Amino acid sequence: MSEIKKFCYLNRTAPYGTVYAWESLEVVLIGAAFDQDCSLVFVDDGVYQLIKGQDTTDLGIKNFSPTYSALGDYDIKKIYVEKESLEARGLTLDDLQHLVWEDEDEDWAERDSIILVTKDELAKVIDEQDVVLSF
Amino acid sequence: MKFSIQVNEGPYTHEASVSALNFIKAALEAGHEVFRVFFYHDGVNNGTRYTSPPQDDINIANTWSQLAKDNNIDLVVCVAAAQRRGIVDEGEAERNGKDGNNIADGFRISGLGQLIEAGIESDRLVVFGD
Repeated sequence: MSEIKKFCYLNRTAPYGTVYAWESLEVVLIGAAFDQDCSLVFVDDGVYQLIKGQDTTDLGIKNFSPTYSALGDYDIKKIYVEKESLEARGLTLDDLQHLVWEDEDEDWAERDSIILVTKDELAKVIDEQDVVLSF
Repeated sequence: MKFSIQVNEGPYTHEASVSALNFIKAALEAGHEVFRVFFYHDGVNNGTRYTSPPQDDINIANTWSQLAKDNNIDLVVCVAAAQRRGIVDEGEAERNGKDGNNIADGFRISGLGQLIEAGIESDRLVVFGD
């Protein structure tokens, strides 16, 4: 298994209400051990997964959103968020968690992981992938 | 072409499982290879041998088992998703102190690494879900 493939995790659903978001994140964390070229994409209600300050106390469901801030430690550096999906929901990047990875070639400087892309740019990103896992 | 399939929904409520079955039958008839089917989310519920639908309805779990037997296809149920939903083989029953198992013929329980490996080893990974 020496070949490196481009894996894309396409997240389309809100974080709670269904289990897709959480179980997608479980695949991402396991998949990171396989040293593939990994991207995460958040579109449609999927952008809600990255909202900062989530509080699920009243839901009685585990708040898994702190896990996203660990993605940098799993060497996940490309997190694409679709601009139109944010705008349609009255959101901006400021509403999302600030996700970073550390650049070991630059004295572990923090780099932004989130890349804001338009629908057309996102289509190109997805087109370049070898494997798209849709959740 | 070498395909792998991911099934994200259980039987009956969603069409995804039957669509995946139809896709695999068509792919095999066209001479393609199916490396693995990976059952995730509620898709793990396709792997119980305890389903007993009315006689005039398709038994989806049995159809998967038969397909696997006839074509030597690897049916893998995600262990983490299965534990949440009570899909249990002999080993899992013992590890988790359950009084029995319900895994259907031809299915095996394993980890998410099997899904990633399927993506690496196959020419195409096709996801069936909502």
